[in-house]
Parts: sequence; C-alpha cells; structure tokens
Amino acid sequence: MLLIDCPYCGERPEIEFSYGGEAHIARPENPGALSDKEWADFLFMRGNQKGAFRERWIHTQGCRRWFNVLRDTTSHEIYAVYKIGAPKPPAPGEKPVAAKKPAAKKPAALKKGAGK
Amino acid sequence: MLEKGWIGGGNTGRNTTIVRSNYLFDESAHLYEKSLQLFEQLSQELNYNVMMSQRGVMNLAHNLHDVRESKRRVFANKLNGVDAEWLEPEEVKAFCPIIDISPDARYPVMGATLQKRAGVARHDAVAWGFARGADARGVDIIQNCEVTGLRIDNGRIVGVETTKGFIGAKKVGSVAAGHTSVICGMAGFRVPLTSHPLQALVSEPIKPIHPCVVMSNAVHVYVSQSDKGELVIGAGIDAYNSYAQRGSFHIIEGQMGALRELFPIFSRLRMMRSWGGIVDTTPDASCIMSKTPVENFFINCGWGTGGFKATPGSGWAFAYTIAKGEPHPLNAAFTLDRFTTGALVDEHGAAGVAH
Repeated sequence: MLLIDCPYCGERPEIEFSYGGEAHIARPENPGALSDKEWADFLFMRGNQKGAFRERWIHTQGCRRWFNVLRDTTSHEIYAVYKIGAPKPPAPGEKPVAAKKPAAKKPAALKKGAGK
Repeated sequence: MLEKGWIGGGNTGRNTTIVRSNYLFDESAHLYEKSLQLFEQLSQELNYNVMMSQRGVMNLAHNLHDVRESKRRVFANKLNGVDAEWLEPEEVKAFCPIIDISPDARYPVMGATLQKRAGVARHDAVAWGFARGADARGVDIIQNCEVTGLRIDNGRIVGVETTKGFIGAKKVGSVAAGHTSVICGMAGFRVPLTSHPLQALVSEPIKPIHPCVVMSNAVHVYVSQSDKGELVIGAGIDAYNSYAQRGSFHIIEGQMGALRELFPIFSRLRMMRSWGGIVDTTPDASCIMSKTPVENFFINCGWGTGGFKATPGSGWAFAYTIAKGEPHPLNAAFTLDRFTTGALVDEHGAAGVAH
C-alpha cells in the first residue's frame, strides 16, 4: 500500500485517497470550438508514462482536497507531492531545461484558477 | 513474433483462466463468441490439451439493479446466439452448493446469470499450445528480444529496432498489452489506455469442492478451482497507473472479504501466492484492434482485465486485419477512431472487473 503525504494533512495510507489519473490536463477553454479529434485528445488520450508520472489524487477520507503527485510507475516511489497550481517539481534526472515547459503552460492554468 | 521475456511469462501466465462470451453488446458478443467457439475446438486444432473445462460461469446479482441488468444481458445474449440463462437464488445454490444465499447476508444473492458453455482453460497450456501451433505453421518465435524502437519512413513502418538488432518488416502488429502506450509512444501517437496492476491469488490446494466459476461484480470477487485444487481468485484493478506487476495489499484484503461473504466455508483457507499483471484499460472497457496513424502498423490492445478468453478470436481477427489491411467485420467496431467518433462499446457491466 502506498503512503501518500497529503500536502494538507500529512502522511496517510493509500486507502484514504482516490485516484484522479494524469495531472495537468486542463479543460479546454472553449470546448465548442474544438474538432472531434481535439475533444477526443482531451477526453480519452493519456500519457500513461512508464517511469516518472504526474498524477492527481484526492484525500477522499480526509480533507477532500485534490493535489498532484510525482510518482514512478515502475517502482511506485513517490518523488514529490505538490498542490494544484504549484510549480512542477522536476522528476529525477529531468534537466532544468524541462522546467521551462511548465512555465509555458502556466498561463492556461492560471486562467482556469482566475475563473473561479 | 518477438517476445520481450519468455512465452507465457507475461499476463498469459498471470490471469485467472476464465473463458466466457456473455457480453452485452452485439459487437462484443460476436467477437467473444467467435473466441469461445475457437476455444471449444482448440485442443483438437492444436493437438495439445488446453484443459478447456466448460463448467459454467455464474455472474451473481446482489441488488435489484443487478437483477435487471443481468436479465437484460441474458436476453441480449440469447438474441446473439450466446447461451445464457437466469437463475433464481435456489437454482444458484443448486448449481454451486457451497455458496451462501441466506437472505440476511449483507449483500444477498438475488439470482445469477449462467453461461453453461463458459468455464476455464489452463493458461500455460493455451500459451504453449499456441506457440507450438504457430511454430509448426512456420512462425519464428524469438524470446528475450525486446522491441526498443520503431523505424518509420514517410509515415509508413519499415521495421523494428530490438535488443538483438534491427528487423525489417512490411507490416508490424503490436500486441503488447500493458506496454502498448510505450510502443505507440515510439511511433509518436497517444492511445486511450492506462496501465494498471490487476492482482490475483491462489489458495492452498484442497479437494474438489467448487464446481463452477462464480463472479460477483457487487461484492467483487471471482473464483474458480483449478485442477490442482487451488482456488484461483481475482477482483478489481489497483486504481493507480503502474508497470510494476504488483499492487497494494488492500485490494487483496477486499477480495478476501468478498470471498468470505459468498463462501463462508473458505473462511480458514490459507492463501499461497499472489501476483499482479499489467493490464491496459480503455475508457469503454472494450479492446482496440485497429489500424493506426502509421501505415502498416497495427495495434491489438485494450483488452484490459479480460484478454485471455479472447485470445483465439483476437488472434483470428487481428491476423485478418494485418493480412487485408482492413478490419474483419468482427473487429470493425473496435477501432482507434471510435474515441473520436464517439461510437464507444461500453462493456463495463459485462467486463466483470471494476476499473
């Protein structure tokens, strides 16, 4: 069983949590403008990485808040836990160059937050 | 035929050996029924005893919704020429005497569907029977040879890179189960798959006592007894993505609770081994047997938690697809495109494994 360090409640066993699949998939701003293929990409296509994987969990039996986890799908080792909207911690071996990528995506995430 | 490990060392050697064809929708029922019919002839065809035992599979209903859904499935199966019947609780008890049907159970047995032609086949024998049959028909089976890359020229596949060097090919079919996303990543496109551990376990061997296969979606366990006497037990997938071939203990705890609920007689039975296989689940719990964005590169995947029962039919239809470059009517519905067109084949109810 995984031990997951909820950023709000601390370390708890996996049975308190529910899984939310791949993280950082932003709902399109204007779904009506998308082609069927783009909509299918958003709805169904997933990275399913072997190795470091960014995923969402919710602390169902605790604070009921969503957060992100960086976990290795080959060893189940959890590299990092971070709040929704927080900068992505780099995966092991990930070059600093890769850190630029999330920066490029950030505006979309921020817009979503601002919409609340 | 390239195999990363050895024949039968992946999910084939890790499944719970159940063979049935009682799926709800026409597309699935036709494909799985073709497969079951091939299974019925498989020992003769391969001249290799795959120990096919048509001992019957019961899918239990534990609430009114289950009852309605199950009866609907029985009617749908009959219309598709798949044998199916509905059993009342007393008939369930008669077919499998060790089951607890007491009405005061937390989740009482309110009936079951029964497919009498369904049952189990020996997984190792099926794998080695296929391997022997393929070898006899001229297929080169290369074990311990992992595909590390796909060579694509102008959108068309020309071969595969492997740990033993490059192999040129006019057509390539990928049947990589849980690793399909990795293979398709080499080809540069994404697939609607997530890979999860599916755990199973066996008990210590006991004398023959469990005469059929029992599956319950609601309390969630499925169990049969192997010819060696072990109970073979499975349930749902682990929720998280994984390639680790192992899962979390609470999944096993949950299925043991369900087993104990249905079969009080097993309360003191000890478990021997547990393991996990990596299954490639799709959003609609149906397979993908399809052409891909890369010309002459075909994928056969997404069987998720239930690929073993489909192996002969899957191979049969996939061979046709590769040979003709177009799907056979049996697998025409199971394209990669269906996730764009929306023509999903939602078999979550009949898949029998929560995911």
